[in-house]
Amino acid sequence: MASDGQRGEGIEVEALVREFKNGPRAVDGIDLRVEAGEIYGFLGPNGAGKSTTVLMLTTLLPPTAGTARVAGYDIVREGPLVRASIGAALQEAALDPLLSGREHMRLQTALHGLDKRARRERGDELLERVGLSQAADRKVGGYSGGMKRRLDLALALVHRPRILFLDEPTTGLDIQSRTALWEEVGRLASEEGVTVFLTTQYLEEADALAGRVGIIDRGRLVAEGAPAELKAEIGRPTVEAVPRERADRGRVAGVLERFGPAANCAPEAAAARLEAGEAQLAEVVRALDAEEIAIERLQLHAPSLDDVFLAKTGRSLEGAT
Amino acid sequence: MSGAHLGIQVGQLARRSVLRTMRQPAQIVPALVFPLFLLAVNSNGLAQATNLPGFPTSSYLTFALAVPFMQGALFSVMNTGTDLARDIETGFLNRLALTPLRGAALFSGLLAGSVALGLVQAATYLTVGLIAGAELVTGVAGALAIVVLAVSITVAFGTIGLFAALRTGSGEAVQGLFPMFFVFLFISAMALPLELIQTDWFRKVATVNPVTYLLEAFRSLLYEGWELDKLALGFGIAGAILIVGMVAANGALKTRLVRT
Repeated sequence: MASDGQRGEGIEVEALVREFKNGPRAVDGIDLRVEAGEIYGFLGPNGAGKSTTVLMLTTLLPPTAGTARVAGYDIVREGPLVRASIGAALQEAALDPLLSGREHMRLQTALHGLDKRARRERGDELLERVGLSQAADRKVGGYSGGMKRRLDLALALVHRPRILFLDEPTTGLDIQSRTALWEEVGRLASEEGVTVFLTTQYLEEADALAGRVGIIDRGRLVAEGAPAELKAEIGRPTVEAVPRERADRGRVAGVLERFGPAANCAPEAAAARLEAGEAQLAEVVRALDAEEIAIERLQLHAPSLDDVFLAKTGRSLEGAT
Repeated sequence: MSGAHLGIQVGQLARRSVLRTMRQPAQIVPALVFPLFLLAVNSNGLAQATNLPGFPTSSYLTFALAVPFMQGALFSVMNTGTDLARDIETGFLNRLALTPLRGAALFSGLLAGSVALGLVQAATYLTVGLIAGAELVTGVAGALAIVVLAVSITVAFGTIGLFAALRTGSGEAVQGLFPMFFVFLFISAMALPLELIQTDWFRKVATVNPVTYLLEAFRSLLYEGWELDKLALGFGIAGAILIVGMVAANGALKTRLVRT
């Protein structure tokens, strides 16, 4: 929860709608609240309305209906004050390939009104922080995807924003670059108290970073809460069994059905969501043994955010488009 | 926002624009070489036109030297517009929109690249033309006036590029304007003085085409002397294009940048 001093510095959204001409409602009445200093993960498949929501909250797109306050300011009536309080790294690092990292920093600090000395100091400090000091004078066109994303993040921080919007910051990055970015985002929140609104389509990203997660599908918020709470709400782990003989797959599925509804799994396996939780695993083993089915592999999967998405929308997040 | 801050914004965006221009040889080289190549071809191929009764100068090179300045300005439309369209396509404009940036600073900054390219172009065309034997009856002051006029026209045409970029958000669409502008150039008094054009419809079109009067302003400085009415008309047309282009671009910016 926010302390008194932080109250009003988060994000409050009420019935936010964005309708495009001749199109569906990209955002269809979202309500959410992000407390100051929190990392909020906004999770959903492509086209769910994540980026449209970010564009509205960053004042770059007016909402069709509803209200939102960011850092205590109304996004429609107090756009300049909102922009002064936020930093944003939007989808696809928007950088000029012909400029160097340092030249980007100089431009961004100048546009934010820093004086000449502060521009240089802040620029050097941020380039150092994101590990780009050595590459600062190279043209951005030659940067890797991870370097571009790190520069993008550094540019979003030049004016010390209280709230940071990151729109799919790690899409397309290798695991090493992704982890480095996660560490920096985590540090910003924990050490500097920056509120982070992060959109992602990666389950593990939301799981690793976010204190709370909002799951959006087709413009609507379908679930919200701490990842652990959401998973606990679904509550049921999945048991997956691979028979030694492929021909026994149907018999395995038949046994597992006694313990709960079938779940998605690999083609050579059968799986079921355990109605009574992981305590049923021993019973599953005994039932399979009683049927004299030889099992090559038996696994118990804890519920994931994908299970939450599946439970709320009837579709798998990883397969949704 | 203070005036000083606006000045810093303009300065930094201008710096970026100039750096971008100078780091793209593919923008600079054609804008310099292509008009000079056409100048060489036309001044040789059409040299006999000076024998026509009433032709205002004995040097077709001098007469044709006005044309590269106009062609250079057309390259400016394409370059300025394409740069802005790329900023829209890549989301860089959104990055700028999240800062306390003013529209005036954005336009001034972007046009600074046009000014830089315009200066290089004008100085190059004039120098090459004079080395090749073109006249310049107004001397050094006339040369300066030619450069100022060329830069003014370059900036004016650049605003049309800005408008096209903001309206369409597409670099390809901006580049699609280029041939259309070249048609305007060809249906002007580009190859012959207005009064010597024999084809009736062509003369009528060339008479109402503002490009004709921009060419005449350059030509007056090259071989006539200080013809203030022609200069006023040339600068006036450039100013009018600049005003119309800026108003249109500003309107398109408001539609494009819907930040609250």
